[in-house]
Amino acid sequence: MNSRPGLKPKEYKSGVKPIWCPGCGHFSVLNAITKAFSALGLEKKNTVIVSGIGCSSRLPAYIDSYGFHGVHGRALPVATGLKVVRDDLTVIAVGGDGDGFSIGGNHFMHACRRNVNIVYIAMDNEVYGMTKGQASPTTPELWDHSKLTPHGPQVRPFQPCAVALSAGAGFIGRGYSGDPNGLAKMISEAIEFKGFAFIQALSQCITFCPEQKEWKDIVREFDQPFTDDSVEAAMRLHGDDGFSKGVIYRKERPVWPPEPATNVENIALDAVGAGFQL
Amino acid sequence: MQQTLTIALVGSGGAGVAVTGEMLLRAAGKQGYFGLLRKAFGPQIRGGESAAILRIGNAPIGSFKPTVDVLLALDWANFSRFEDEISITAETLVFADVLAGDTPIGLSNAATVVSLPFSSIAQTHQSDRPNMVALGFLGRMLSINCDFLETALLDRLIKKSEDIRLLASNSLRSGYDYEGANSSLKSLSLPELAEAKDRWMLSGNQAVGYGALQAGLKFVSAYPITPASDVLEWLAKPIEKVGGHLVQAEDELAAVNMAIGASYGGVPSLTATSGPGLSLMSEAMGLAVASETPLVIVNVQRGGPSTGIPTKSEQSDLNLAIYGLHGDAPHVVLAPLDIADCITVGASAMQIAEHLQTLVIILSDQFIGQSLTVIDQPTTVYEKAQRVTAVVNENAVAYQRYSLNESGISPMAFPGQEGMFYTADGLEHNTTGIPSPKASDHKSQLEKRRRKVEQYDFGEQWARVTGEGDSAILCWGSLASAAEEAIIEFKSLTNTKVIALRQLSPFPAEAMKEALEGVNSLIIVEQNQSGQFFHYFKSQMDYPGELVSFATPGPLPINAYDIAQFLEGVRA
Repeated sequence: MNSRPGLKPKEYKSGVKPIWCPGCGHFSVLNAITKAFSALGLEKKNTVIVSGIGCSSRLPAYIDSYGFHGVHGRALPVATGLKVVRDDLTVIAVGGDGDGFSIGGNHFMHACRRNVNIVYIAMDNEVYGMTKGQASPTTPELWDHSKLTPHGPQVRPFQPCAVALSAGAGFIGRGYSGDPNGLAKMISEAIEFKGFAFIQALSQCITFCPEQKEWKDIVREFDQPFTDDSVEAAMRLHGDDGFSKGVIYRKERPVWPPEPATNVENIALDAVGAGFQL
Repeated sequence: MQQTLTIALVGSGGAGVAVTGEMLLRAAGKQGYFGLLRKAFGPQIRGGESAAILRIGNAPIGSFKPTVDVLLALDWANFSRFEDEISITAETLVFADVLAGDTPIGLSNAATVVSLPFSSIAQTHQSDRPNMVALGFLGRMLSINCDFLETALLDRLIKKSEDIRLLASNSLRSGYDYEGANSSLKSLSLPELAEAKDRWMLSGNQAVGYGALQAGLKFVSAYPITPASDVLEWLAKPIEKVGGHLVQAEDELAAVNMAIGASYGGVPSLTATSGPGLSLMSEAMGLAVASETPLVIVNVQRGGPSTGIPTKSEQSDLNLAIYGLHGDAPHVVLAPLDIADCITVGASAMQIAEHLQTLVIILSDQFIGQSLTVIDQPTTVYEKAQRVTAVVNENAVAYQRYSLNESGISPMAFPGQEGMFYTADGLEHNTTGIPSPKASDHKSQLEKRRRKVEQYDFGEQWARVTGEGDSAILCWGSLASAAEEAIIEFKSLTNTKVIALRQLSPFPAEAMKEALEGVNSLIIVEQNQSGQFFHYFKSQMDYPGELVSFATPGPLPINAYDIAQFLEGVRA
């Protein structure tokens, strides 16, 4: 870990004013991230935030470090390519539930499998905010506030943590924007974890889902600490309503790629060319 | 004077036809000949049909003739699928294994079929591989030294047991010594050449990867697709040797975005695909352009649209490569002219992408991508690609990632550099990278991205111009060799020059104008149905002379004879 303690959380902020609505949970997630950076003493120059498209994906510009704001759903591939060639960096992918679980769903599964040493924070508000309030993969079945799905999506909500577990993620946690300190601690642990670390950060959208204000009364801690037993973790997840928070599962396994990139000079190329000799 | 022989081998998929053609080419290459080998497959992996068409001669070969001199069938199963591709004349020598089955009806009218006991000879060596016998037989017919054939065979079987290698070698030598096919074959010999040193045998898909490695390629993201998979498969081991990485992605969307991520980290990056994959990548291609992240995509064209004809060649992705990006997204499109040229284009694509911080698409195709050829070992050493990188400004002026300047190329900082933080963005942005929908920012950023691509000096590599005359053949990419052969081989075309275009976009209007001076008749040849390049040319150039389009779709290769015949028809 890069250690240069001393920077305060707010010193990790870029000063660019967020586009988010007042009361948006993403402000708290941003604060939790900068708190985690401060606690770990991360060097700004060695930290990269990667995102796709959506309200939450605007986050990289709000942090004073390197960032990449790509296209919709593809934060994880960009983060993967970057980390593979630059093992010296702390790479954190962020985004929303639509970006990560719908258009980017395939990348989510395969990032869990591949186990590149990155952190993925999905800021889940169960809605497409930037396009003005359509149902997302995590929206409740009968949520009928969108003109696009007047009877509700009528589709079973996606279970991000359960999918992450079955796809092989080594670190799985659920945090809440209403508890930025708990979330900051979880993010610190995820950054220090060796391997792919997934955090589902419940982050309310009071503009399109005002009912999410009630989350503060519902969300509570898991009644047990994390386990390294995937069967046990699966049981807990399936017995939960999606509002228990805390680290659920932790188990390290070999990260990919096994060898970091090196710099070998042209001698190697002669050997490559020799393979073409008749 | 170029003298060549064309040999076709056919058999069921799995009969070893392709590998036999490859060994024959390697042995002929050792003997000093040049050659070109095209493998034709059905979509089946085994049990389908396969053919190897090999043209050997005393000078480098880049295209095929319409007819074959020798046809050898290990079996006739599914031969009908190749009737379009393998054209027989009364002079063609046709050989078939005794167990090959009934001779196809059309064939028995055209030529005499000589039946040979390849399979029974193989059986005397406890081998079920008559292709080894056929290899010896063909090698003898071409007066190729048996030791070269044996070396080619044993190199191929390097991982097999000593027993298997010995049996194969005995089968080969029995075929070589087989006297049943008599002396009339002597007329087939090519001029004798000295044994060659320093020759290479490679495919265009390998060559493009090799060129990219020379220029400093360090990251490859890969999603399999015919006929581009062998670019990626070939790169897998060499990329490790140079300390880089290859990631097998979950889909083309991931592949292209991984390459962008790695490139953002400062590492020259590439992915390879074919038409359907390029379609999937087109959104992220715009991201590379807008975020000014260097990116090379090798697109090995196949028959389209949709799944089309995956195993056959066509030049029909031109429109997609040039126009397939949303918004105004200037980028570079290059087309290698032949297999050897794939090395050059692979290297220069990396150099241009890195220098201009933009997308470069290489438009190769199945024909040059998957054919094997013999070339002189290249002596050119390509320079490592160079990015214009940012240095810390001591005057405390804040770093502007997308700063405006005359060249349009803004110095690029990398993660890890102190004090030059920025967020690369596909959203329109101001000079610091902060998202901005302002008209003035949009205009100035669009202009800078256009400026850097349009002002860049691509130099001599824009095209290969050969011949002289007041008429010209204009082609692009893999049709260069056929057009160049046409003006040499056909007397009716002696007064014709060939302009084989490498740089498709940005269109090299000035250089083209100069090359067309004194040319009053221009024929544009391309392998697609709608004349994609013809229409593109007309949109870029005001050519006053006679302009004719010869556009014909795949899957059959366009050869010199086709071009000559078309031109003669136009002039008649």
